[in-house]
Amino acid sequence: MIDKLSWITIYPEVILLAMASVIAILDLGVSSPRRTATYLLTVITLVVVAGMQALYADSGQTFYGFNGMVVSDPMGNWLKCFASVAVLVTLVYGRPYASERGMLRGGELFTLSLFALLGMFVMISGNNFLLIYLGLELLTLSSYALVALRRDHATSSEAAMKYFVLGALASGFLLYGLSMLYGATGSLDLGQVFKAVGSGQVDHQVLVFGLVFVVAGLAFKLGVVPFHMWVPDVYQGAPTAVTLMIGGAPKFAAFAIVIRLLVEGLLPLAIDWQQMLLVLSVCSLLIGNLVGVVQTNLKRMLAYSTISQMGFVLLGLIPGVVNGTTLPAANAYSSAMFYVVVYVLTTLATFGVILLLAREGFESEEISDLAGLNQRSPFYAAVMSVCLFSMAGIPPLAGFYAKLSVLQALVTTGENGYIALAVFAVLMSLIGAFYYLRVVKVMYFDQPLTATTVSAPADVRIVMSINAALILLLGLLPGGLMTLCARAIVLTLGS
Amino acid sequence: MGLLSLAIWTPIVFGVVLLALGRDEHAKVVRWIALIGAVCGLLVTWPLYTGFEIGTSAMQFVENVSWIERFNIHYHLGLDGISFWFVPLTAFITVIVVIAGWEVITERVNQYMGAFLILSGLMIGVFSALDGMLFYVFFEATLIPMYLIIGIWGGPNKIYAAFKFFLYTLLGSLLTLVALIYLYAASGGSFDIQTWHKLPLGSTAQTLLFFAFFAAFAVKVPMWPVHTWLPDVHVEAPTGGSAVLAAIMLKLGAYGFLRFSMPIAPDASREWAWLIIGLSLTAVIYVGLVAMVQKDMKKLVAYSSVAHMGFVTLGFFIFNDLGVAGGLVQMIAHGFVSGAMFLSIGVLYDRVHSREIASYGGVVNTMPKFAAFALLFSMANCGLPGTAGFVGEWMVILGAVQSNFWLGLLAASALIFGAAYTLWMFKRVYLGPVTNDHVRELTDINAREFLIMTLLAIAVLAMGLYPKPFTDVMNASVTDLLQHVAASKLN
Repeated sequence: MIDKLSWITIYPEVILLAMASVIAILDLGVSSPRRTATYLLTVITLVVVAGMQALYADSGQTFYGFNGMVVSDPMGNWLKCFASVAVLVTLVYGRPYASERGMLRGGELFTLSLFALLGMFVMISGNNFLLIYLGLELLTLSSYALVALRRDHATSSEAAMKYFVLGALASGFLLYGLSMLYGATGSLDLGQVFKAVGSGQVDHQVLVFGLVFVVAGLAFKLGVVPFHMWVPDVYQGAPTAVTLMIGGAPKFAAFAIVIRLLVEGLLPLAIDWQQMLLVLSVCSLLIGNLVGVVQTNLKRMLAYSTISQMGFVLLGLIPGVVNGTTLPAANAYSSAMFYVVVYVLTTLATFGVILLLAREGFESEEISDLAGLNQRSPFYAAVMSVCLFSMAGIPPLAGFYAKLSVLQALVTTGENGYIALAVFAVLMSLIGAFYYLRVVKVMYFDQPLTATTVSAPADVRIVMSINAALILLLGLLPGGLMTLCARAIVLTLGS
Repeated sequence: MGLLSLAIWTPIVFGVVLLALGRDEHAKVVRWIALIGAVCGLLVTWPLYTGFEIGTSAMQFVENVSWIERFNIHYHLGLDGISFWFVPLTAFITVIVVIAGWEVITERVNQYMGAFLILSGLMIGVFSALDGMLFYVFFEATLIPMYLIIGIWGGPNKIYAAFKFFLYTLLGSLLTLVALIYLYAASGGSFDIQTWHKLPLGSTAQTLLFFAFFAAFAVKVPMWPVHTWLPDVHVEAPTGGSAVLAAIMLKLGAYGFLRFSMPIAPDASREWAWLIIGLSLTAVIYVGLVAMVQKDMKKLVAYSSVAHMGFVTLGFFIFNDLGVAGGLVQMIAHGFVSGAMFLSIGVLYDRVHSREIASYGGVVNTMPKFAAFALLFSMANCGLPGTAGFVGEWMVILGAVQSNFWLGLLAASALIFGAAYTLWMFKRVYLGPVTNDHVRELTDINAREFLIMTLLAIAVLAMGLYPKPFTDVMNASVTDLLQHVAASKLN
């Protein structure tokens, strides 16, 4: 029996699906080389969807629909809102780049992005193993195609192939783990699984066996060590606009399914998965920061930076359950959520600048391509250094508060082991600071190799100014977003 | 908006405006705006001076607004006798630096001036923050403008210096960040420094906190043996950068000892005082000897800074009124004197483009006015009575003798080294016959440079002849701090 309330929970998804299909058809009639009509329609769709999610989230209410298959809760709604905005910003930054490289001969960039976003929505609102998996596949299949969008370009095709093979393997892991859990608990519904695991009646060994596969699959999707191999290759090989599409918005979805599966489904197994996350996180911080130091390709360096940042996000998920009490959970998970939001915000602007510097026949992806940017364009150099200092965690920029909130989640547990972990994390971020600083050095201290000034279309300029201003503003007044994340997590976990 | 906020944000707002002004076509306008900004920044500290109430150790000009509710972080500002003088000092040095860079800096003038103004606001923020996290934010944020100042306008090896400066200091402060969060957890969710002062802590916790703070502040001061970044950075930094670094940034570290280490971990401070005293004496004596053999003027003054800051930390950790107040006076005096020394070197460097002592000789013949100023500042650097350099060192030595005669003797003997390397440098650079053409072609200081030198000379003499306004402000707070440190916090 499907009631009216069920439909309310998925209105944004329905609109997104309908518009993606409509845009795909209408695009057949568009002849402009920059696909202005398609672009505008996509932007409008994204704005509407983001607005709806914000309204849903603001109400602070939780609805279950379709017999508990989907859930609409504040955390999910905010994440979906942010993901829509992130996709929107990605498309704004990426359109000039894509059009110069013949990626706009068809409207696939827009439709595939919308379908990828739909996949994220389904992942975020899935309350059921199968549905979460379905969303994940929709997202990744769209992403594979996006990476291969420059089909005449060898490195892009190679990256797409790698991404596809490893991604399929990861999906296999996840599915295998989920089927184990289904076998042990007899249910696909997250709430039922939670009850079954919590009752203590289920064979612990089978559960942990399944859990290992689930965590491995999630680690693949997050791109954390030792499941990170695809990240640098795909980041480097994919057209930069698509790199941003993969490195930006999907992190929200990945974060959401980690919370859905591990916390809402398997919190009683926290003691087991926290240890697994601990190993993943420590390795990611170590490898991401150390290997990042020796990179000369900017996109590859940012890939390693992503690996270490994801390590930090996991760090925030670790101190959720301490000594069997879930009291610190809300604090820990909301700090991780805050971290993800800040991370994506910073990544968007960083890649935005790279996209802007790339011209026809010139990719601007070596670090040395940024040489003397300050003399060519002080504004974009400033935007880029704001992003880099933020990622390095230097106050007063948003990235510092992200690190602060994760570190306080660790230290306030009062456990010596967690405090040591915090010390380890800050030492690693010191190493990371070196390679971020190196890019700043290239932009500010080196002489430019070319005298061309940087020009950008008005929409890119406006969005980038807002983006950079937000990073600065969050640096001065991070309280609002922190409270938003905390409230979203508390309301979601409380229900 | 309170007076302290005004002192912090006036220069920052001017700095941001300058950054937005863009290219070098408007260099002239940019310089004037920068000067107006710096002077306004100094003027707004005047009401602080007139309004400061002497004889109380309570915080004054307090502003307290909730900033980040989720972690109970407050925008909490206030000044007491310990922090007060650093606010006008910072604003004053900024004015000097802006004037000093007037003609020298011709490239990207707006960014240069903007960076110094923003830096000035941030440093005032460090001295007036009463919330641990606010302190940390200001403390760390100062790294960004300084990194850019060194890297963009520095000497030939500027990139190495900029990285060394940034990473060295970041290493220390990251451990402090963990310590601050630990205190937040231990105090039940407060970042308020004054709450932390009253927080009882066990002996292990105190020791760990003490060393976490030590990591940040010792690097910043810098104390021997973590001082090695300072000579490299000073040599490569532009004149203004060196002046601000020596005059104010080093004080951030020493101030941290007084605001954090000693009152928060008093038992550990007393337990480990021998270590700090040992390191300070090494700095005073050994680094003094190292300074003597330097061939590079900037390096020599940099090592002399390490030695002088050694007096400061020595004074703090002998735990008596004279020592702590002496250390504070020495910090302010060193602000004027080291700033003046670096600016003097800058005057020569702008003309000859060499920092080697050997490139000079007989400068007094061609630049008599300048040599007179340089002599005054050199004398102040030696600690000649009647100059600013004397008061602080004298008080520290008296304090040291009070606590232990031999300690005082060692510290006092170090004064001889100070005199030796400063005067020897003065002799080699300024006195004697003119040895080369560079020196023969030198022109004496112009009106702008005369103005800077005069301002600094007035400050150095005024503080040397009449230090009462400085010590009066400090007394109550120092006594209170020492009483606080004397009481055990162990539970």
